[in-house]
Amino acid sequence: MSAKTNVLFDLPGPKARSRHRLLAVVGAVVLLALLAWVLVRMDDKGQLDPDKWLRVVSGEAWRYYFVPGLRSTLVAAALAIIISMGLALGLAMARMSDNAVLRWAATLFVEFFRGVPVLIMMLFAFYFLVMMGWFPSDVNPLIGTVTGLVAYNSSVLAEVIRNGVASLPAGQREAGLSIGLSPSQTRRMILVPQSLTAMMPSLVSQVIVITKDSALGYMILYPELVTSARRLGSWAGAPFQAYVIAAVIFIIVNYGIDRLARWVETLQRRRGRSAGPIADAEDVPMVGAGVRGTVNAPAGG
Amino acid sequence: MQTILQDFGLLAGFWMTIKLTFWSAIFSLVIGTFVAVMRLSPVGMLRQVGTAYVTLLRNTPLTLIILFCSIGIYGQLGIVLAGRDAPGGFIDTNNFRLAILGLSVYHAAFVCEAIRSGVNTIPIGQAEAARSIGLTFGQSLREIILPQAFRGAITPLGNTLIALTKNTTIAAAIGVAETALVMKNVAEFDPGLLWTAFGLIAAGFVLLTVPMGLLTSHFAHKLAVRR
Repeated sequence: MSAKTNVLFDLPGPKARSRHRLLAVVGAVVLLALLAWVLVRMDDKGQLDPDKWLRVVSGEAWRYYFVPGLRSTLVAAALAIIISMGLALGLAMARMSDNAVLRWAATLFVEFFRGVPVLIMMLFAFYFLVMMGWFPSDVNPLIGTVTGLVAYNSSVLAEVIRNGVASLPAGQREAGLSIGLSPSQTRRMILVPQSLTAMMPSLVSQVIVITKDSALGYMILYPELVTSARRLGSWAGAPFQAYVIAAVIFIIVNYGIDRLARWVETLQRRRGRSAGPIADAEDVPMVGAGVRGTVNAPAGG
Repeated sequence: MQTILQDFGLLAGFWMTIKLTFWSAIFSLVIGTFVAVMRLSPVGMLRQVGTAYVTLLRNTPLTLIILFCSIGIYGQLGIVLAGRDAPGGFIDTNNFRLAILGLSVYHAAFVCEAIRSGVNTIPIGQAEAARSIGLTFGQSLREIILPQAFRGAITPLGNTLIALTKNTTIAAAIGVAETALVMKNVAEFDPGLLWTAFGLIAAGFVLLTVPMGLLTSHFAHKLAVRR
């Protein structure tokens, strides 16, 4: 990218440099003016009162709100990731299977759940569980949140795996078949493991999507970070400040995962372990191309 | 079914989804293009601001962004986006516009990345040719780079549009009367209709997003720059 970007403009000469400096100063002034205006407005409303900020970063705020909230967010995200991964493997295998019924069932599942908004699925799962009363009522929000996340993300991950398999060199499959493995053995033992390695960065970035989407649990009162921030906000009388801290926590966690994904990518490139180029979800024609959620598509949350 | 469509306002809910999608798509395209230009510009300061924008917005859950619009922009900064006597009521109109604001700034980060990926599809020779005939940065961006970048970015832009359509449901967090809120009301007041409501809403979203996907594939193919 950087090499590409730099071709867009010549190395600046003295005139251009001074113009760029001017632009940078103008940009900085505009930003600072905006910031100052926001701060003045907030001060007018008494939102810069140090007391309010201290209350949302106090020991109690962390102990009773942010830490349990973050824990719930991570629990829901971790459960959703593990279950989605397992289900995605199954779905990907089924979609590539020689059994037409299995293939169609998996295709239907994947295309349907990629099209339904995560929030709708979550609300449905939650109220369905409430109506059925199968579980104690305090775990319904967790199950609802995880179900919503799993339905969508397992479908997306299944496509990621399938595209990874499609991007492998044809020789891999042929070699598997020629040493006498059955087609399904070839997929299981040769193709899918390689695809998983090649898709590792996309898989890790899907983790960010899941973590962000777990914030939708707010709508069904799952006590994750946003819900905790709201409760802290009304307890401390500082809703705005509580949400700011929650946003900062989210940004730090997700930024960390993003860095991790890039590190994994460079590590693999250096080792040359991936068997083929990492496919984009766009590269492979799909049934019902409409409801397509690639790993690059924005998550809700 | 009649009950859900009319008493619970599912049709109105879908109309709200379409309105939210339409306006947010336009605004996020404008903001996203602007941020993308900042990230491509020769001015280091602007590049950093653009990068910071994308990093911050992309890593914050949309739920939080929309809540911020409501309690931050309206509640704290006192910015009002609707007249006191707006048709359809002040609170509803204001929340509707705040939701559009939140959806737009969030998806703008993805639009920016889509456009940058479109810029990556342009061969270096194009930019070099633009420079060698003496076009300035602004001119080469306007005449050479951005037109090709948009044509190369149709697939990721289409994916962003589909995701945006589905993400409009999150506007329910500040009480915008769209499909997720309808679903919630059905579940709370008439749980017997839960399955019907879910089926109708799911079908509605499939109906909205499938044509988007088909059009995206069509135009991505048709408008691709032949090289």
